[in-house]
Amino acid sequence: MNVRLYVWQRATAALMAPLVLVHIAVIFYATRHGMSAADILSRTSGSAAWAAFYGLFVAAVSVHASIGVRNILSEWSPLKDRGSGALAIAFGLLLAVLGARAIFAVVLS
Amino acid sequence: MPADLSVSLWRGAKDGRYETYSVPRRESQTVLDVVTFVQRHIDPTLSYRFACRVGVCGSCAMTVNGKPRWTCRTHVSKVAGSGRLEIGPLENLTVIKDLATDMEPFFEKWQQAQGVFAPSRTRYDAIEQIRPDSPARRAADAAIECINCGVCYAACDTVRWNNDYLGPAALTRAWTLVNDERDASNTARLQAVSAAGGCHACHSHQSCQELCPQTLNPTASIAGLKRRTAAAYLKGEIKI
Repeated sequence: MNVRLYVWQRATAALMAPLVLVHIAVIFYATRHGMSAADILSRTSGSAAWAAFYGLFVAAVSVHASIGVRNILSEWSPLKDRGSGALAIAFGLLLAVLGARAIFAVVLS
Repeated sequence: MPADLSVSLWRGAKDGRYETYSVPRRESQTVLDVVTFVQRHIDPTLSYRFACRVGVCGSCAMTVNGKPRWTCRTHVSKVAGSGRLEIGPLENLTVIKDLATDMEPFFEKWQQAQGVFAPSRTRYDAIEQIRPDSPARRAADAAIECINCGVCYAACDTVRWNNDYLGPAALTRAWTLVNDERDASNTARLQAVSAAGGCHACHSHQSCQELCPQTLNPTASIAGLKRRTAAAYLKGEIKI
């Protein structure tokens, strides 16, 4: 890992810390109030705020996790930095696509 | 105290094996004394490295009962309560023969980490006044007593996994110089330790600080380098 990847990984970790707390609070709120999927969707549909919140979350997760996977691959597999980097980028893109799909489903449905 | 120690020593190069010897147990006996006894009284072909015998030169480090240690200052009573010793070459370095390893990669990485003082004044200038209680000087002092023994390098898991990793000793040296107000090469040094294999590869396992015979804390030095290089990168002083 070089300093650029280090800064990105630490910055996305700092960004995710409050987002994770809000995410967990939302889960507790939804379960303690016995909200159904329809109740939740009625609040998230068309909400630019939730789209921005989870959009930021997904972007931070994709960057943070892919840097971590790159490190694991380069230290624990026979892959060199280039191969590890390519696989990590593919993994990050997969996370971003899956996350974006989930956001579209709860905001645009 | 048993009359004899059972001592297994690594013999040969990479494809060698442990051979067991019986060595008389003595008062205040060090692990280096044990190795020297074998070489002088049992098998003169045994190869190992030492010089000062008093914990200054850093040349006698070996793996003792699974842990890297400076053998001249390691008492047998501290590590061989059962009367058995297994002594091998340092890990993470190529064995030349028996207990002697090739230290070249270790010292090459000091060069890669720019571990050489770059003077900012000439011999004709006045000597720079450095306050011993300044934060930078205190940080430099905290890491300056490294004796280059290689114990931290042999103990480091990251070195084991990543051939390019500069290792705790080279990075600690770089941190000392980064805090030396007289040094003129800090931008190049921060650049050197910011590349792949530099300080950011450290996982902070802290085996280095646990086993450093000088009780230094390379993990803390490396953490300092991580902070300093991140700040320099964000200010655009170094590029990757």
